[in-house]
Amino acid sequence: MIIYGTALLAFCHLAGLFLGDLLGVAIGVKTNVGGVGIAMLLLIFLRLYLHKKGLLPKESEAGVAFWGAMYIPVVVAMAANQNVVAAIKGGPVALLSAFAAAAVCACCIGVLTRTGRDSTSFVNAPQLEEI
Amino acid sequence: MLHMLEKIFVQNGLVTSFALVGLIMWVSSLISRKLTFGRVHGSAIAIVIGLVLAWLGGVFTGGQKGLADLPLFTGVGLMGGAMLRDFAIVATAFEVQANEARKAGLIGVVSLLLGTLLPFVVGASIAHAFGYTDAVSMTTIGAGAVTYIVGPVTGAAIGASSDVIALSIATGLIKAIIVMIGTPIAAGFMGLKTPRSAMIFGGLAGTVSGVSAGLAATDRRLVPYGALIATFHTGIGCLLGPSVLFFATRALVGT
Repeated sequence: MIIYGTALLAFCHLAGLFLGDLLGVAIGVKTNVGGVGIAMLLLIFLRLYLHKKGLLPKESEAGVAFWGAMYIPVVVAMAANQNVVAAIKGGPVALLSAFAAAAVCACCIGVLTRTGRDSTSFVNAPQLEEI
Repeated sequence: MLHMLEKIFVQNGLVTSFALVGLIMWVSSLISRKLTFGRVHGSAIAIVIGLVLAWLGGVFTGGQKGLADLPLFTGVGLMGGAMLRDFAIVATAFEVQANEARKAGLIGVVSLLLGTLLPFVVGASIAHAFGYTDAVSMTTIGAGAVTYIVGPVTGAAIGASSDVIALSIATGLIKAIIVMIGTPIAAGFMGLKTPRSAMIFGGLAGTVSGVSAGLAATDRRLVPYGALIATFHTGIGCLLGPSVLFFATRALVGT
């Protein structure tokens, strides 16, 4: 059943956020620490485990895949929720710090991606439908 | 007639937002194909349209939630809010290949730390250059350059004034928007091609919103790897901002 996949996703989401909150309390910050990341890790491991046990039929997977495919539309809606007016009102200090920070980080990314050995690839990646 | 239609839109906010976003995606893919001949990704155009709509919504209502402040489009707030955004991000983890992610785990953590430190130093220095020479203001604006949540959390913790906190939020928001729009443009320069590079990007570019939109506009397959790292960004920033980074700044500038 398709709802099993969505329920699995929901379980990972909630458990991850809860663990992220606990981690935040443990290190003394008033925010969630990596809740979504923990939820992703949970889902990755649960998927591998259930797959091995043969408990994850295609239909259940579709319950997760749908939400993965909804990702870009959700991000577009998120963009439409940004406080763009406040961002523009920030003035030169905000504009310059943001631009400089982004530029420095972009250069750093360029350096890091070109150094070291990169043995990762998308060769075995699942095919995604184009939007 | 129009009144009845409006009532239906308002009462079915989330469904209205599905229709609206679908329309935006369709228009964007048309623009992408006909006007740019596929050179600019459809989702990149859609995100820019989203930002423009957010700006219009803010101008018309004076609110803080962009388009979602218009009663007709409150559903967009639900669809693009933290709940569904995180739900969809977690769902993309289904596409992560555990082996690829593991190979780049260490460099991901390194870039996460660099991604907190570098924007902070840059932001705090520029704040200093513009006359915000006290440690509290420098730290708050520097933290804002990390993400727009780290800024106010740090500012509140160390007692910054509300205009400095507003400035730090604006800094973080502008950075997120730059990342959203700039990533597809600078993708070649940053070497964004593999899971490893996406994880480095997720650590350094910061903000879940910027990273998720930026990678979506570049190559959808990069998203889960970048998001996996980026979700730790705010937590690390909120941890280091009011503590180590504040103490270091205070030690440097004195007050």
